[in-house]
Amino acid sequence: MGVDSRKMAFWAFIGSECLLFGSLIATYLVYKGRSLVGPYPHEILNIPFTSFSTFDLLMSSLAMVLALAAVQRGDMKQGKLWLLVTALLGLVFLGGQFWEFSHFLHEGLGLTTNLFGSTFYVLTGTHGAHVTVGVIWLLTLWIQALRGKLGPKQALTVEITGLYWHFVDVVWIVIFTVVYLIQ
Amino acid sequence: MKSWLTTTDHKRIGLLYFWTSFGFFMIGGLEALIIRAQLIRPDGGLGVSAETFNQLFTMHGTTMVFLALMPLSAAFFNFIIPLQIGARDVAFPRLNAFSYWVFLLGGLFLNASFIAGPLFGADRLSVAPDAGWFGYANLTSRQFSPGPNVDFWLLGLQILGIASLAAGFNFVVTILNMRAPGMRMLRLPVFTWMTLVTQFLVITAFPVITVALVLLMFDRFFGTHFFLPAGGGDPILWQHLFWMFGHPEVYILILPAMGIVSEVLPTFSKKPLFGYTVVVYSGVVIAFLGWSVWSHHMFSTGLGPIADSVFAGTTMLIAIPTGVKIFNWIGTLWGGQIRFTTSLLFAVGFIAMFIIGGLSGVTHASAPSDLQQTDTYYVVAHIHYVLFGGTVLGLFAGMYYWWPKMTGRFLSEGLGKVHFWLTMIGMNLAFFPMHVSGLLGMPRRIYTYPAELGVARFNQLSTIGAFLIGIATLIFFWNLLRTRWRPANAPANPWGGATLEWAMSSPPPVYNFTVIPTVASRLPLWQTERHAPMAALPAEPPAPIHVPGGSWWPMITALGLPIIAIGALAHLIPIVLAGAAVVIVGIYRWAYEPFEM
Amino acid sequence: MSEHGAGAAHATTGTYLRIAAILVMITLIEVGVFYVPAFQTVLVPLLLFLSAVKFTLVVMFYMHLKFDNRFFAFLFGGPLLLALVVIVSLLLIFYGAVRLRTGM
Repeated sequence: MGVDSRKMAFWAFIGSECLLFGSLIATYLVYKGRSLVGPYPHEILNIPFTSFSTFDLLMSSLAMVLALAAVQRGDMKQGKLWLLVTALLGLVFLGGQFWEFSHFLHEGLGLTTNLFGSTFYVLTGTHGAHVTVGVIWLLTLWIQALRGKLGPKQALTVEITGLYWHFVDVVWIVIFTVVYLIQ
Repeated sequence: MKSWLTTTDHKRIGLLYFWTSFGFFMIGGLEALIIRAQLIRPDGGLGVSAETFNQLFTMHGTTMVFLALMPLSAAFFNFIIPLQIGARDVAFPRLNAFSYWVFLLGGLFLNASFIAGPLFGADRLSVAPDAGWFGYANLTSRQFSPGPNVDFWLLGLQILGIASLAAGFNFVVTILNMRAPGMRMLRLPVFTWMTLVTQFLVITAFPVITVALVLLMFDRFFGTHFFLPAGGGDPILWQHLFWMFGHPEVYILILPAMGIVSEVLPTFSKKPLFGYTVVVYSGVVIAFLGWSVWSHHMFSTGLGPIADSVFAGTTMLIAIPTGVKIFNWIGTLWGGQIRFTTSLLFAVGFIAMFIIGGLSGVTHASAPSDLQQTDTYYVVAHIHYVLFGGTVLGLFAGMYYWWPKMTGRFLSEGLGKVHFWLTMIGMNLAFFPMHVSGLLGMPRRIYTYPAELGVARFNQLSTIGAFLIGIATLIFFWNLLRTRWRPANAPANPWGGATLEWAMSSPPPVYNFTVIPTVASRLPLWQTERHAPMAALPAEPPAPIHVPGGSWWPMITALGLPIIAIGALAHLIPIVLAGAAVVIVGIYRWAYEPFEM
Repeated sequence: MSEHGAGAAHATTGTYLRIAAILVMITLIEVGVFYVPAFQTVLVPLLLFLSAVKFTLVVMFYMHLKFDNRFFAFLFGGPLLLALVVIVSLLLIFYGAVRLRTGM
């Protein structure tokens, strides 16, 4: 078809991930309101805090496209910078998730406390695991760039990294809406 | 030996898949024979305990679906697809090898459960998965299945899922992106088309069962209540998630075999496939509709009249494209110059047996009649007519057809005919009476039945039939083995096939084609009304062709997965982490390894 | 090795920044809608719509889908649609009956 095989494979993978997250979101929604005991979502979800996480991830997507654009035009100084920024923003997100989970645990919402806890932690935990993989991936590329081994010739690799990162971002957009805003 | 461990050549990987899955097929068959032996007599049978029996039917189903039928199809995807599309290999050769090793290791992990009893302080032969191949909640809960049996199952299937998904991405890209010049989509061989459709089903359906298995794992290991009523969970959610995977899975099982039949019939009728475009589109429609029918496995769970009706409707609809294919296959044979090779016999057998299986399937589509049939041996009859009479016969047709291409040696036609007729007699004797015993009220998955039920005679027939299948399969196995000592004298195109896999020697050279062909028709090697056959490819390549070397990393990365599973099974985090480390190191080394295709 | 497809248009840095600004604004609107009682009745459809817009912007521009080979849109869109159908079907199956019986 005249397209790069790796790019096609990655879009197929993203398609498949839609079903993965779709099933987890479906489970969350099916069990919404069915918890036998609290804490319940409205008691514990912190919208201002999570809005900040959302904003953080959106900005990381911006950083990612800037990184890709830089690599594509051969500006590795900018490329390195924006790759690092993306990874750092990802770490900030993960830090936020970590803080949120600790806070919830403290408030009495554990994995096994009720259906809300179970579905919430598995869904956001799976997303968080994906972010973690993404951060490791980005830092790997950043280190490659530091060693002078990443350049415009590897633009496709950076592009695919971007596809992964943006997908993780859009999944969060869905989670933010469905879990946090629509209670 | 080392070259087999590091191979990334699709032809070798295809052979590895073949022998491994045939081995598992025989294990699954042995499990079936023990089941049938136990059921030959009512009131206790031969003394196989209920617990052992539960493990037998669970492993029989799991083995046949995941370790035999899917990978046997994969053997052909691997060997044949790059050849049929005029490519030198698949899009991602190392990923391809990875899929094989993960499959092998997952299969070994699952079957290790048969001997792992003492490691858990239990008897041998007591910790194999025993909650059915479909693992219904909440039988699978820690409360009702306290042992490691279900853990083996859910961990093993997650490993196998990774193998299938990796292969799915690989073949989608291969078929779409690596076709020879001129090989437009509507010139693809039907086997390639059906494989493409199947892989789309794989990459969409397997994530769903992955989620289901992960949720079950959380229930069993971490105390959640996803499927447990005590915590507000609903066991029915398991069934929804499982069958959302499970129904597309059965189309994953049958479409490749349909593809094989669509290749075999034209070759041995010396006629192009009747209605190629319609057959291709029907396959695509079956895949789409296959996603809409899952709850027909749940008619007895109280879904309500609206859901029942919707799923009954979609299920009836899916019979249409299936029927269309059957008419087209018959149309291919009609008026053809038929050569009754063993391969053709199996292909015709497929059509006949699949019709029977399809008809019982249509009777299941109606929710009221299904309420009578569900969870009885009537369903066992249906599934074996479509999976054995369908997939297995289709795969046998492919084996006889492509064995010369894959090995350069012919399978004995004489032994083949014996294999065929014994199989046909055996399978009908085994499975037809099950329609009757089912309707007389014999439930599924029971280790014995009372004499008063009046189904003893039918069970005896089934057992005899099953043993006939066993004998036939051993004859076939002998046929396979003896080709080792036969002369490697198969020509490039022993059957006069029309598609590109027949263009080069049998087996093909390591680089597949001396020159990548340019394709001008659907039947490149045949004279047709509008096209002369493709010119013969040169005997030697015009310039040296780079053949990629092997790689250790696919296998090493794959090894990390069962290590993780063993760690989980043993509740030992260090082992889980060690396995994860192996996977991560493997991936990094793989990514940075210089590998040129 | 393909670039962005033969002759395909390409978003500029300016476009990316503008989209980032839009994404932030929409997020603020979403949070606003969440807190303003007047919007409660249309909360769900409005939020779903707004997040769909964000989703589309990121996919089309940041993931470059608008400018890439049409087939990628199919590779992503097909399973995405399937996932949506799965979610809606399960919700209908689990809650459809309830809604019918209670007339809500």
